[in-house]
Amino acid sequence: MSETRQMRHGSSIGQPVTRRDGLLKVTGQARFAADNHPAGLLHAVLAVSRIARGRVAALDLPAARAHPGVVEVMVTANRLALALHPDDKSVPFSFKLDLLQDDRVRYAGQPIAVVIAATLEAATEAAALLAPRYEAGPVEVTLDAPGGYVPESVGVGDPGEMRHGDVEAGLRAAARRIEATYETPLQFHNAMEPHGVVAAWEGDALSLDMPTQGLALTRMRLAALLGIRAEDIHIRSPFIGGGFGSKLLSGPQVLGILAARLVGRPVKLVLTRAQMYGPVTHRSPTRQTLRLGAARDGALTAIHHHVRTATSRHDDFLEPSAGVSHTLYAAPAIATTNEAVRLDTGTPGFMRAPGEASGSIALESAIDEMAHACGMDPLEFRLRNYAEVEPVSGKPFSSKALRECYAEGAARFGWAGRPLAPRQMRDEDGLLVGWGVGTATFPAIMFQAEARAVLRRDGTGLVESGTHDMGQGAWTAFAQIGADSLGLDLDRLEFRAGHSDLPNAGIAGGSGHTATAGGAIHAAGAQAIARLTEIAVADPRSPLFGAGNVGVVARGGRLLRRDDESRGEAYADILARAGLDSVEGRGSAAADPAAAERYAMHAHGAVFAEVKVDPELGQIRATRLVGAFAAGRIINPRLVRSQYYGGMIWGLSFALHERAAMDPRTGRVMNADLAEYHVPVNADVPSVEAILVEEQDPHVNALGIKGVGEIGITGTAGAIANAIWHATGTRIRRFPVAIEELGR
Amino acid sequence: MNRFEYVRPRSVAEAVAAGAVPGSAYLAAGTNLLDLMKIGVARPGRLVDLNHLPGLDGIEHQADGAVRIGAQVRNADLAHDPGFRRRFPAVAEALLSGASAQLRNAATVGGNLLQRTRCAWFQDTASACNRRDPGSGCDARGGENRLHAVLGWSEHCIATHPSDFCVPLAALDAVVEVEGPTGRREIALRDFHLLPGTTPERESVLAPGELVVALRLPAEAAGFAAHARYAKLRERTSYAFAVVSAAAALRIVDGRIVAARLALGGVAAKPWRAEEAEAALAGAAPEAAAFRRAAEAALAAARPSGDNAFKIELARRIAVRALTLAAAGTPERLPALPASPFAPLSGGRHV
Repeated sequence: MSETRQMRHGSSIGQPVTRRDGLLKVTGQARFAADNHPAGLLHAVLAVSRIARGRVAALDLPAARAHPGVVEVMVTANRLALALHPDDKSVPFSFKLDLLQDDRVRYAGQPIAVVIAATLEAATEAAALLAPRYEAGPVEVTLDAPGGYVPESVGVGDPGEMRHGDVEAGLRAAARRIEATYETPLQFHNAMEPHGVVAAWEGDALSLDMPTQGLALTRMRLAALLGIRAEDIHIRSPFIGGGFGSKLLSGPQVLGILAARLVGRPVKLVLTRAQMYGPVTHRSPTRQTLRLGAARDGALTAIHHHVRTATSRHDDFLEPSAGVSHTLYAAPAIATTNEAVRLDTGTPGFMRAPGEASGSIALESAIDEMAHACGMDPLEFRLRNYAEVEPVSGKPFSSKALRECYAEGAARFGWAGRPLAPRQMRDEDGLLVGWGVGTATFPAIMFQAEARAVLRRDGTGLVESGTHDMGQGAWTAFAQIGADSLGLDLDRLEFRAGHSDLPNAGIAGGSGHTATAGGAIHAAGAQAIARLTEIAVADPRSPLFGAGNVGVVARGGRLLRRDDESRGEAYADILARAGLDSVEGRGSAAADPAAAERYAMHAHGAVFAEVKVDPELGQIRATRLVGAFAAGRIINPRLVRSQYYGGMIWGLSFALHERAAMDPRTGRVMNADLAEYHVPVNADVPSVEAILVEEQDPHVNALGIKGVGEIGITGTAGAIANAIWHATGTRIRRFPVAIEELGR
Repeated sequence: MNRFEYVRPRSVAEAVAAGAVPGSAYLAAGTNLLDLMKIGVARPGRLVDLNHLPGLDGIEHQADGAVRIGAQVRNADLAHDPGFRRRFPAVAEALLSGASAQLRNAATVGGNLLQRTRCAWFQDTASACNRRDPGSGCDARGGENRLHAVLGWSEHCIATHPSDFCVPLAALDAVVEVEGPTGRREIALRDFHLLPGTTPERESVLAPGELVVALRLPAEAAGFAAHARYAKLRERTSYAFAVVSAAAALRIVDGRIVAARLALGGVAAKPWRAEEAEAALAGAAPEAAAFRRAAEAALAAARPSGDNAFKIELARRIAVRALTLAAAGTPERLPALPASPFAPLSGGRHV
């Protein structure tokens, strides 16, 4: 299938190589941050606030300090001075941190003390013995909170309001109109690996084992906070047990570092599962109102997507849910508007497809409602409103194989013959069956990255870039790019990643890591090859002498004349004759502003879902998911398929399972564990398929990569919601779908 | 977790002596107790480890047809015991519908009877909870309590008992064998758990130091084997506690129900035996109308304790479902999704 199609002779890119870290992980040898135990290690445990607003009036420090094994308790009074206020954001994509700067409490779960002890158990118990007394104020933690404001921007600098055409006129002119409000829940990050750090100071040098999606940014902010040189901070982050946007620098990690400084010993601090529900960002709830108008033939005349969401009382991040309406469907008039309210919660942040995930479920539901109002098949309706150019900007797409995604997905799923009306299908056991579709979309984003590539005299290569493997397989995919860039087989390449001393690889976020760091690696390899070529073509003793005009190709550890591949020479021989141990190339990559000015750049996909619903009990199961995605060049189809699966399963979770139950009286999350904060289990995903749709993009970046990390979650949740309607005839607009919505 | 004394007794008598010391708790698998200790809900001064006691891990099929199950038998071992599974299929189905494979491999029969409620306010030490801290109040009332009790609750406590296993046990008149400082006694499972009343902190009739040593299912219970099922409504396909559940067992002779057993789970602080429903079924044809009448009877006294009125109707429906499945006959082999609405009725497909 796609794997064979994408395989090319002599190339690692496109091959379904298995993970280089697979064996390490399945045998337990992969060393995650918290697996490190330097000599003399102490354990630090957070005490966190049980109120959401107010101040800590007292802590029973004597009781905690007296507990056997306790070395120190870090509180505001003895916390070391910082060079920068924790509210100051010295680097992009950062949030205000809670580093014991005062006695104020701004959300439940905020760190209020750190206990350092010889054992984890002693530190945990001593943290409980602190028995804080609070002065608590009244809290607001839901979207029903009074007030609100109109934000100037949402997400990271997206406009808070966008108007294209005259929506009211479009609605007036429409033959069909729908207006519906959809609600998405408060969700918390639950990566398998909780946030943590193992910190060891040697003088002013700091050695850290710490998962991070942004080694360089983390190092820069730490340097600013701690008042030390960035070069003196060494962060190892070879394996990250999931990040999903939450693992830039978190406050608790800084507290672990400060604790190590305070006691002069290495310290490990790892959050408990429950402690992740507060200081490490979350996805805020949204309430989205969609107003759509359509002509009699199903052509949309207007889209208005309005979002009410929330941020913390003290910092800003607004889930940019309406952004999906800028790009997905053609309409002469599109408006997106936002309102926000400040709540007594931790600050929301980036959670896999921030904005697209929550916005997609609302938009895709509304599109489905309109298709039904128009009496059209939902897929036909989407094709009727296919955006040939990006609707709000009018720019052409750099590439867009969404039509092929619809076609391949529909064929594989068996969409044809779907009854138009709901509640028409039953399985042999009498369960209601429904089919739904959703369109997936995510922008192709680039950050900045650098890389270094070396060809060595022994014929091997080395590529270095401080990239981040969050479990997605970056270590493998980047090595594939590196091997191709140096014209080496994969097993001849050493790839170094996951360390802050390596070239800055930017961040693993925005689905842009492979494109960005991959571009830098590719450029570095190309430069190394160019240098080697210069040596060879200028050397009369080389079979490549004088080949500069016709050019050479690098493959299998040899340079070959482009016009006559029988004439070539091994890298090792070229270097040996030149008396060199190695040649080196450096590369960088960043977004091309000229291309971004000319083209709209997005990955697309189509997700088809089958659900079954028990007609009496209302229990739901998504029995089949088929997603077809087009995301430019695919470096490794095995890893990419896995990314799509993961995204689609999270989309399923969004539609059916995931929701934090925050007590509105206290602001505490009442289901802060994985028994009660539901995510799908294996039995919830009996069948998931991902189709890799061919797409070549000459504009998006040098390698034509769009990124696959987040798109799977979009489209899927809407497809499931729409399938539930098709199964039952009941349109659910609050997510995740509660059992009582259907079991009545 | 508080510092505690750890005791490893060599006999049941030693265990009981150790367990009678105030502040002691018996440790079986710890799948519930250790979690509660980690979050500070349970703070025993001493743990009496039952895992090395001899003689508590057997499944004895007795001469009179009863089965006696040692308190330390693991859930998975019991559910997969061929003789047990054949004779008490609803119990096996309930066991396999609970928790995850890993937990079932560890959790014990005795521990399951004594597992604590999943009420979020019980688990949150910063909240008021009469069950955890008598007299402090009940923050579940006024909170999000959609999954709380609809039967047998009081203004002092609206928590539910989370066990699946106990539901068919209540239906089938299981007996709990207890060893205590004053000797041995037997307690009918239906009398074992207590409704909250004004003393929700008292969850069972066990006296301090009393230890569950075995569980017995009487021979009569096996008489329902041909028509015994457990049905469980939950918010994901596996690894979730019941929203509502029901165990139904019928004896059908010549197209008439001659004996019926029905118990509900997820609706009260104890597994809820529905005798009114059983009476309504006696002598009836095993048909939808009779099942619906029985379900009405079972929930006649139900009232919402908060935003959970929907559970009353769902409890009726799960009762009807369990009765319907039971009437259709116990399947040759348990479905791969035990007790699930998504377990195929028609056979063939595995999942």
